[in-house]
Amino acid sequence: MLKQLLSVLALVASSAALAAGGPAVHLDKAPIDLHDKESLQRGAKMFQNYCLGCHQMEYQRYSRTFRDLGIPDEVGMKELAFTANKVGDYIKNAAPKADLAKWFGAPPPDLTNVARVRGPDWLYTYLRSFYADPTRPFGVNNDVFPLVGMPHVLQELQGVPYKKHETRLVDGVSQEVYVGIVTDGSGELSTEEYDRAVADLVNYLEYTGEPSKLESHSLGIKVMIFLLIFFVLAFLLKKEYWKDVH
Amino acid sequence: MFKNFMNWIEYRMPFMEKMNLHVMQYPAPKNFNFWYFFGSLAMLVLVNQILTGIWLTMNFEPSAERAFASVEYIMRDVDYGWLLRYMHSTGASAFFVVVYLHMLRGMMYGSYQKPRELLWIFGMLIFLVLMAEAFMGYLLPWGQMSFWGAQVIISIFGVIPGIGDDLTLWIRGDYVISGATLNRFFALHVIALPLVLVILVFLHIIALHEVGSNNPDGIDVKRPNDGTKIDNNVSDKFTFHEYFTKGGKKIIVDAIPFHPYYTVKDIVGVVGFLLVFCAVIFFAPEGGGFFLEPPNFEPANPMKTPDHIAPVWYFTPFYAILRAVPDQLFGAIFMFLAIIFLALLPWLDRCPVRSVRYRSTFHKWNLVNFCVSFVVLGVLGVLPATPTYTLIAQIASFTYFAFFGLLWLYSKNEKTKPLPVRLS
Amino acid sequence: MSNAPVDHGRRRFLTIATSVVGGVGAVGAAVPFIASWNPSEKAKQAGAAVTANIGKLEPGQLIRVEWRGKPVWVVKRTPEMLETLSKVEGQLRDPASEEEQQPAYAKNQHRSKKPEIFVAVGICTHLGCSPTYKMSDFDAHVEGIASGFFCPCHGSTYDMAGRVFSGVPAPKNLMIPPYMFIDDTTVIIGADEGTA
Repeated sequence: MLKQLLSVLALVASSAALAAGGPAVHLDKAPIDLHDKESLQRGAKMFQNYCLGCHQMEYQRYSRTFRDLGIPDEVGMKELAFTANKVGDYIKNAAPKADLAKWFGAPPPDLTNVARVRGPDWLYTYLRSFYADPTRPFGVNNDVFPLVGMPHVLQELQGVPYKKHETRLVDGVSQEVYVGIVTDGSGELSTEEYDRAVADLVNYLEYTGEPSKLESHSLGIKVMIFLLIFFVLAFLLKKEYWKDVH
Repeated sequence: MFKNFMNWIEYRMPFMEKMNLHVMQYPAPKNFNFWYFFGSLAMLVLVNQILTGIWLTMNFEPSAERAFASVEYIMRDVDYGWLLRYMHSTGASAFFVVVYLHMLRGMMYGSYQKPRELLWIFGMLIFLVLMAEAFMGYLLPWGQMSFWGAQVIISIFGVIPGIGDDLTLWIRGDYVISGATLNRFFALHVIALPLVLVILVFLHIIALHEVGSNNPDGIDVKRPNDGTKIDNNVSDKFTFHEYFTKGGKKIIVDAIPFHPYYTVKDIVGVVGFLLVFCAVIFFAPEGGGFFLEPPNFEPANPMKTPDHIAPVWYFTPFYAILRAVPDQLFGAIFMFLAIIFLALLPWLDRCPVRSVRYRSTFHKWNLVNFCVSFVVLGVLGVLPATPTYTLIAQIASFTYFAFFGLLWLYSKNEKTKPLPVRLS
Repeated sequence: MSNAPVDHGRRRFLTIATSVVGGVGAVGAAVPFIASWNPSEKAKQAGAAVTANIGKLEPGQLIRVEWRGKPVWVVKRTPEMLETLSKVEGQLRDPASEEEQQPAYAKNQHRSKKPEIFVAVGICTHLGCSPTYKMSDFDAHVEGIASGFFCPCHGSTYDMAGRVFSGVPAPKNLMIPPYMFIDDTTVIIGADEGTA
């Protein structure tokens, strides 16, 4: 009876999962690792240099970033926190909110939790999916976020990205086929270096979304081990008492 | 010395007497299975919610301006604040998992049948208060899903003819969901509803102990004492409170004292549950986006609706029924009927046999039908409403209600298997 | 309870073992609840060391700096004030600062790093009022002494090193916070060489 029930439920659940489907655009898996302190530090530096001009982290303090990333306060204040007075300050910019909203059509969203809202894979793909589009106000569009209202701030690193089409034979007919986004090579970084830099940035955003994550994982393992021991003891105790009943 | 002190207490408040009645000498059927863990687990989760809830209020600020930021403050600045918050948010979902399984147990073994109708009604009231509690609690973090989920659910009251618009305005206390709504929901969520919940749980247990626990065989463990000796009766080994034997007029068959047998067994259940619960808390607190939804990490923005909004997973079966009905008013009516019918089960089911083990094959399949309908509706409630999904939701709503109609029809003259005399 | 043969030893052992492990679990579960009452990151950042500029401090002048929500005084003592410190010792309750009310570097007659600069938490050790600085009219409270601190709440009196006079309600000398000099004109209150 129970087995029948469970198998039917499993069937329903799996078909539902299929029906839910994935997002419309294919997302690349972000190669990130929260344990990689150097990557996080590079990501933090990128955030300060390229994002903080318009975006903020309203809920993350410099002191927390420094502590978790292993940066001494004095070094951090000198090399990362250009706009902050105190190490306990939130990671904010001095840009006037109202003007930003006017320039970009909407106020640039806060990025503290952006990795929890969008997911790291979305961010990793998004930052690598800008392409030149002269019809847009900032000259760029994005495959993941069509009609995006943000300029491609990493263009000096990536170079000018454009959509590449090739003539190929499809079913015996020669057609223009879209093969992907390539850059004109004017950027400071190669494609691999650019992907790595974006991954560092996404890694840092993933960290700020949930600074307690690593602590949570290490504490979690201890709790699970404790519960397993407790479970064995409780089970033996139950068996012992229930000898009276069977 | 200690004994004197205990006697002094006992004379003024019969503490040990009540402990004996409800725990030490309470006769529990010896054949409780896996499904009987969920009652004690619901209690555990309730305690978890109350404790972590109290601790969260110590740092939460119930205002539209500060609510979101204060949750982030708890998550980042307060020592172990993230753990207290995850315990509470995961606890909310765990509560519904446990309660749904607890209710399914009652349905499988006919635990709502006479004389346990009132017990079942108390349970349904607990379920209703729990839904109100969860709904109001979900507004408090003041994220996008908090805001828009509450917007949708409060709007449901707007379909009531005549007074609907005024009613929604009154519930919100504003033209949109605002700080006023947040503050009243906060007050109800942290004080009023938990108080009602605790009282209902108390009554639920008192009612249970009055009529005694049902069991997977659905036969009584308390029987009239006609003097015949019952062979191999495990109950002969134990002393039960005289309340249950009523001066020798009743005899207890195949039951064992709740303590120590079910306390030690429930500890196993509790630790097993905690293994899963803690795994979610520490390693997947978002529950795949079902326990904490991604858009809720953005502060509420009355100007912008998220791309796809759905209620939290535990409301979705009822939400899917609401959406499946083309007419708004009737949609809301059917959604409430879906719960009302559950509450009416003791009267819809007219079969004298309780447990599914001894009932007809048709009843078994009808129960499967109920579960499948419920789960399908739950899944559809999460998905966007496309024509295909709406059609499936309509079919599932129909089969959901068909469960109750069919049950009422066939249960009167159901072909059941002979009941055993003793518990298996 | 039961009359079946039971291995009482094993039962006892398992009961105790499970209870102990369960007790450890309960204590562990209490940790986040208790720890969450510690000062939060916000409180710690608000309570971080503060900087005071003493470059423009006139002799005899007192400035107040807020540190952890409390007034901290910085006074530039005049040579006359420093001279009186040895004069009053007979009238004090704890002239040698035996009580742990100061960092080791302030356990001296002038209770400070530099003799002329006096830094103290301006909270009376009796019931928490903030005493008033009497630069020149202190002799109304203690005869023959020109300057000191007088607590308006219950009349406790302190000399120019924050040492309490005998026979007043306050039990201890004023608290000296940790502090250090960055240069001649800047002092950091709330941190010293030991903590920085």
